[in-house]
Amino acid sequence: MSANFNRRRLIALSIKEFAQIMRDPSTFLIAFLLPLILLFLFGYAVSLDSSRTRIALVVEDSSAQALDLASAYAHSDYFEVIPARSVAQVRDTLIDGTARAIIVIPQGFGEGMVAGTPPPIQIVTDGSQPNTANFAAAYGEGVRAAWMAAETGRGATAPPISLSPRYWYNPGLQSRYFLVPGSIAIVMTMIGTLLTALVVAREWERGTMEAMMATPMRMAEFIASKVVPYFLLGIGSMTLCTLIAVFVFGVPFRGSPFALAAIAAAFLMPALGLGLFISAATKNQFVASQIALLTAFLPTFLLSGFLYEIASMPWPIQALTYIVPARYLIPPLQTVFLAGDLWGLILPDIAIMLGFGALFFFLSFRVTKRSLD
Amino acid sequence: MSAAVASAKGVVKRFEGVTALDGVAIDVAPGRITGLVGPDGAGKTTLIRILAGLMKADEGEISMLGGPPGAALDDLGYMPQRFGLYEDLTVAENLTLYAELRGLPRGERQAVFDRLLDFTDLKRFQARLAGKLSGGMKQKLGLACALVKTPKLLLLDEPGVGVDPISRRELWAMVGELTGEGIGVLWSTAYLDEAEKCDTVYLLSEGKLLFEGPPGDLTGAVADRVIRVSGFEARRRRFLTEALDREDVIDGTIQGRSVRLLIRDGREVPDAVMLDAGPDTRIEPASPRFEDGFIERLGGGPRGTSALAERYREIPPSDTPMIEANGLTRRFGDFTAARDMNFSIPRGQIFGLLGPNGAGKSTTFKMLCGLLTPSEGTGAVAGNDLRRAAADARASLGYMAQKFSLYGDLSVRQNLDFFAGAYGLDRQEGAHAIEAMAEIFELGERMNVNAGTLPLGFKQRLALACAVMHEPPVLFLDEPTSGVDPVTRREFWTHINGLVEKGVTVLVTTHFMDEAEYCDEVTLIYRAEQIASGTPDALKARAAELSDTADPTMEDAFIALIEDSDRARELEAAA
Repeated sequence: MSANFNRRRLIALSIKEFAQIMRDPSTFLIAFLLPLILLFLFGYAVSLDSSRTRIALVVEDSSAQALDLASAYAHSDYFEVIPARSVAQVRDTLIDGTARAIIVIPQGFGEGMVAGTPPPIQIVTDGSQPNTANFAAAYGEGVRAAWMAAETGRGATAPPISLSPRYWYNPGLQSRYFLVPGSIAIVMTMIGTLLTALVVAREWERGTMEAMMATPMRMAEFIASKVVPYFLLGIGSMTLCTLIAVFVFGVPFRGSPFALAAIAAAFLMPALGLGLFISAATKNQFVASQIALLTAFLPTFLLSGFLYEIASMPWPIQALTYIVPARYLIPPLQTVFLAGDLWGLILPDIAIMLGFGALFFFLSFRVTKRSLD
Repeated sequence: MSAAVASAKGVVKRFEGVTALDGVAIDVAPGRITGLVGPDGAGKTTLIRILAGLMKADEGEISMLGGPPGAALDDLGYMPQRFGLYEDLTVAENLTLYAELRGLPRGERQAVFDRLLDFTDLKRFQARLAGKLSGGMKQKLGLACALVKTPKLLLLDEPGVGVDPISRRELWAMVGELTGEGIGVLWSTAYLDEAEKCDTVYLLSEGKLLFEGPPGDLTGAVADRVIRVSGFEARRRRFLTEALDREDVIDGTIQGRSVRLLIRDGREVPDAVMLDAGPDTRIEPASPRFEDGFIERLGGGPRGTSALAERYREIPPSDTPMIEANGLTRRFGDFTAARDMNFSIPRGQIFGLLGPNGAGKSTTFKMLCGLLTPSEGTGAVAGNDLRRAAADARASLGYMAQKFSLYGDLSVRQNLDFFAGAYGLDRQEGAHAIEAMAEIFELGERMNVNAGTLPLGFKQRLALACAVMHEPPVLFLDEPTSGVDPVTRREFWTHINGLVEKGVTVLVTTHFMDEAEYCDEVTLIYRAEQIASGTPDALKARAAELSDTADPTMEDAFIALIEDSDRARELEAAA
C-alpha cells in the first residue's frame, strides 16, 4: 500500500477538502461558532456553583451569641437568608423550593456557648437535589465552624486544632474552570467524529466516491485526505476555545501549550478514527450522524466526567466509561489547565487515547473497501 | 477489428437473491462507440461497475485493457450516473482535482484544460461552482473530468439521463470525435433512439442479452413490416385499440395524427380494407426503428383493449374546459420558474407539457395540482378554481408523481389501502376498488410484497392504480414512463388511451419526445416560458419549415423550436 501512496494525489485531495470546508457554512459553524456558543453557555449561563443559595434560618434563641451566628450566615457569600422564628413558619419554603435548606439555631444556644458546651445546630436539606443539598450542608457547617473558631479565639479556650478547608487549584470551586476544558472535549468530538462521519458519508451519497474509486487514487490517500484537514480544524478550534477560556473567562492555564496540543492531538485520533469507521460502515449521512451522536457526542457529554463525576456513578456505568475515549481526555485537560504539566498523570491518558485511535483506524481500514459491493 | 479494450464473458452478478446479470458477454472495441442499451434495472450500471473494477462479478471472465478490472485505472475514463462532480468546487477545481489524481504531467495541464474547455464550451464558466451548472453543462464537465488524461477506455453510465435533447446531441458529437482518436467508448443508455447511433449495440433486458451486433441488424429484421396509417384523426385512438387486438399486429403507437403499426413476422402487410379503417385511410411504409426490433424480441406489445378503461365510469360530457391555466406565473424570490402559462384542455383530451429538466414543467404542474400557490394568474381543474376551491380541484384529479411516489416499505395492498383512504373512498368502495385494481394490473401475487422491492414495471402499474382508484375525471401524470421498458410503456399508454375514450382528461409532462406523439396538443416549455403550442403534427410542420428537414421527428422539432427561440432571444438582446 505504502509503495503506491502518492504525495501529489494526497495534496490534491487535501486541497479539495479544504476548499469544501471553507465553502460549507455548516462546517464553519461547527468548528468556530459552536465552540463560542458552548463556552459562553458554560461560562455564564450554566453554572454548577451554588453561590448565594437561599436558605431559611430559624433562630429559636435570642441570646447575643445566637444573633451573632445568625448574622454570620446573613453575611456569608454563599447564602441568602430568609429569617424566621420557628421551623413551622418556613417548612413550606423547603417544599416549594424557595429555600434549599433550613438551618436551625436551637433554643439554649447562647447558654450552651457560655457553659462551654455549644449545642449542635440543625441543618435540614432538600435531598431531591443532592448536589445543592451537600453544598448547603457543608457550607452551612463551614460557616458555623468559622464563627465558632472566631468566637473561641476571642475567649480563652482555643481548641488545639482547627479545620479550615482549602480547595487547591480551584479555590473558589468555580465550575467554569472545569466546564471550559470539558467544552473543548465536546467541540473536538463534534469535529473529529460527527463532521468526519458526515463528509465521508456525503461522498458515498453523492456518487463522488464512485468516481474517485475509478481513478488511480488509493483508499489510504483518500482516508488521509479526510484525516489531515479535520485534524487541523480540530486543533484550530481547540486553540480558539483555549484563548477564549483564558482571556475572556480568566480560566487559569498553568501547563504548557505543548502539553495541551499533545493531549488534543492524542484525543483527535480516536475521534477521527471513529468518524471514519461510522461513515464507511453506514455510507449514509443521516444514519452516520445518528450513530455519531450516540456513540461519540452523548458519551463525551455524559460519561467522560465532564458534567457528572465518574466516581459517583453506579458501577456498571462506571465500567462503561472506560471505553469512552473522552474519559481519558478530561482529566489531563483539567490537569494542564488547573495544575500544570504533570506528565506522570498526562502520559498514561495519552497512551490510552492513542490506543483507541489505533483500534478505530484499524477498523475503518477494514471496512473501507474500494468496492461498491 | 483490433483487440478489444474491454471484454467480458459469462458475467453473473447476484444481489440478495436477485440476479442482476445472467451470463452476459461483451466486447468494447477501440475507436468505436459500443452501446449498452436497456430499460432501468436491466443491469447496465452493474456491468459498467464490474468493468471499472468497482464491483466483483460472482462468475465470469473479465479483462480490461489487458488485465483484471481495476488494475489499469490510469487508462480508464469513467463517468458515473451523477457525473462524479464535487458540486461545491468550481469547474476549474474539479478539473484540477481529476488531473492530479490521474497524474497528468503539470506541464501539459494548461494545454489539456484549454482543449477540454473549448471542447465542452465551458471556458466562460471556469469559476462557477459545479452545483450551479445546468444539467447539460454538468454532463459536459463530467465528461471533461473523465478525459483529463486521454483514456483508452471510456465508460459512460447513462450520460443522457435528465439532459435536454440539444445537450444530448452535443455530447454525442463530442464522443464521436473521441472515437476518432482511437478511444473505445461504452455508452449505456435507456433511450432506444440513441442505440441507433452506436457502432455496436448490446441490448440488455432483466440481466440477459437480447441482442448484440450493429443496430441496423435489429432494425433490418423488422424492415418492410412497419406501416403508417393515417386519415382518421378523430378516431385514431379507437383505431389503435382495434388494430392492436388483431392477431397480425404485434405493436402500435400513435404518431400525431397517424398510427404506426408493426406487423407480425411472416404475415402479409394488411391494406386499408383489411384494417377496416374507413374510406379516407392511407397506408404507407414507415422507417423501422430500434425500438420496433426490441419490442419484437420481447415478444410484442400488449393487446389494445384496456381492462382498466372497460371498468371505468363514463365521464359526463362538459362544455367547460376540464383544465385551464390563465396567465399562471410562479416566482421564487427574484427567479421566475414559470411565466404566463396559458392553456385550456377540453374533456377527453391528452395535453402534454414538454421541455428539458428545469424548464418549468413541474412548477406549472404543481400549480395546477394546488401544491404551489401561483404568484399570478388563475387556474381551474374540473371547474374548480384553484384559488377558491383548491381542495375540490384536488379531489377531482388523480396524480401520478415522478418516480412513482409509493411507500416503499408498505406492501402493495397497504399502498392501495392508503390511497383509497386518501382519496376519500369508504371502506366498502375501497375494498371493491382494490380488488379491481389487483385484477386489472395483475398484482394478485404481489399484494403482500413491499412496494419498494417491486420491479420498475410493477411500480409503475401500482402508481397508476393508486392514481385512478377513485375514478377521477382528470389525470395528472408527471414523467409517467421514465426508465421503463417499451412494452411496459405501451401497456401504460393503452390504459391512458382507453381512459381518454371514456372522457378522462389527461395532463402529462414528459421529456420523452416519442410520448408527445400521444398527445392531442402539446406546449413546449423552455426557460420558464411557452415557446410553442399546437398539435404534435403542427409543431413538426413548423420545425420542418425552420430547419428545412423533411419528416422531422418530435425530437428534431423540439430542437429546431428551441434553437429558434434562442435566436429570437439573442436578437432581442442585441436590439
